[in-house]
Amino acid sequence: MYDGKYIIPGLIVFVALMTFPIWKNMGNAGIVPKPEKPVGVTKCVESAQYMRTSHMKLLDDWRDETLRDGDRTPVEVDGVKYEKSLMNGCLKCHTDKKKFCDECHVYASVKPYCWDCHYVPKETF
Amino acid sequence: MDIKRRQFLKVAGLSTIAGLGAPAAFNLLLKGGPDTVSYASSGGEAEASHEAAPTGVRLGMVIDQRVFDANKGLAQKCTTACHTVHNVPNFGNKKDEIKWIFEVPFEKAFTGKSQYHKNKNLEDSSFLVLCNHCDNPPCVRACPTKATFKRKDGIVAMDYHRCIGCRFCMAACPYGMRSFNWRDPRPFIDQKTHNKEFPTRMRGVVEKCNFCVDRLARGQQPACVEACGNTGAMTFGDLNDSHSEIVKLLDNNFTIQRKPSLGTNPSVFYIV
Repeated sequence: MYDGKYIIPGLIVFVALMTFPIWKNMGNAGIVPKPEKPVGVTKCVESAQYMRTSHMKLLDDWRDETLRDGDRTPVEVDGVKYEKSLMNGCLKCHTDKKKFCDECHVYASVKPYCWDCHYVPKETF
Repeated sequence: MDIKRRQFLKVAGLSTIAGLGAPAAFNLLLKGGPDTVSYASSGGEAEASHEAAPTGVRLGMVIDQRVFDANKGLAQKCTTACHTVHNVPNFGNKKDEIKWIFEVPFEKAFTGKSQYHKNKNLEDSSFLVLCNHCDNPPCVRACPTKATFKRKDGIVAMDYHRCIGCRFCMAACPYGMRSFNWRDPRPFIDQKTHNKEFPTRMRGVVEKCNFCVDRLARGQQPACVEACGNTGAMTFGDLNDSHSEIVKLLDNNFTIQRKPSLGTNPSVFYIV
C-alpha cells in the first residue's frame, strides 16, 4: 500500500471521531424523564403502567365516547369521579404541562397536537 | 375416488352457479326487490329517509321572530353569548370571519320566498340563522373522513381532530352555516372573556354550531337560548316528544323552515 503511514492513522482518527457519541455515553442511559406527579393524588383512572404506554389510546377512546356516542359518564376510581376530558379531566390533577406532559414528549421527541386547540392550565396564549 | 374429468367439471360448474346465485336470489325474495343504492355511508341513519324520524330524540329549535322584532339587540346578545362560550375568534374582517350564529335579512334566510310586495314588518327585521341540524344532513354525506356526523339525538356534530379541511361540507351545506379557519384562531380570541372549559380550533378546520352538546350534557340550555332568558324568543327541545314545550309551539303556530324543498329536513323552525 502506498502512503499507508498516512491512510491507516487517518482511518483510525476517522473511526474514533465517528463513534465518539457511542463510547462517550457508554454505560450511561442519559437523562431519564421524570414527569412530576400531582401532589396529594395517589391514583389515576388506570394503572401507572397502562397510562405510561396507552394514555393516547385512552384519550382517543374518551373522545369518541363523549363526542360520538354522547356518553359522558365520569370515570369513577375509589369514589372519585373524573370527567372524560383532557382539559376538564386530566389537567385538573396534572396541572403543570411543562413538568408532566412535556417531560416525556420532549425526551421521546413526539409532538402531539393536543395544544393547538386544548388549553393548558393557567395558559396565556 | 372414481370420478371422471367430465363428471368433475359438471359438479364444479353447478356448485359455482349455486354459490353465486343463491345469495342474490335470497336477497331478492326476502327483501322483495333489489336494494336501493347506498352511497358511501357516513351518516348511518342520517340518510335513511327524507322524513322526520318518528321515534327517538330529535333535538330542535323554534325561533320566534316576533319576539326578536320587539326586542332589538336581543339577537346580538345571542350571537355574543354563543361566540364567547365557544371561543369563536374575531378576525375583524369579513373574508376570514367565523360565525356560528348570526343575523341575516329575510330574503337571505328564506331564499325561496317571493319578494314582490314584502311585508312591512320584514323590511327591517333580521333573522338569526345557525346550523339547522338537518335530519338528512348533506354535509355529513359529503365529509370524507366522518369528521362531521349525526348523533342519535339529531345533533350534527363535528370532531375537529378528524377534520382535514377539505371544505366539502361547506360546499354541501345549502345554508352556508359552516366557516373555515383560514388562519390560526388563537390570537384572535378575546383573552378576557374566553371559556377555559371549551377548546379552540386550529388553522385548517371547518367549524359550526354544535347545539351546545357539552352544555346539554351538563343539563344546561344552549347558550343562545339561555341568553334570551324568559322572553320566549328561542325554544329548544325534543321534536319527537309530544309533551315538550317546543312541540306545543309547533302545534299552535305556523312555522317555516329554511329551504324545505331541498329535503334536508331542518330542525330549526321560525315563527314569522
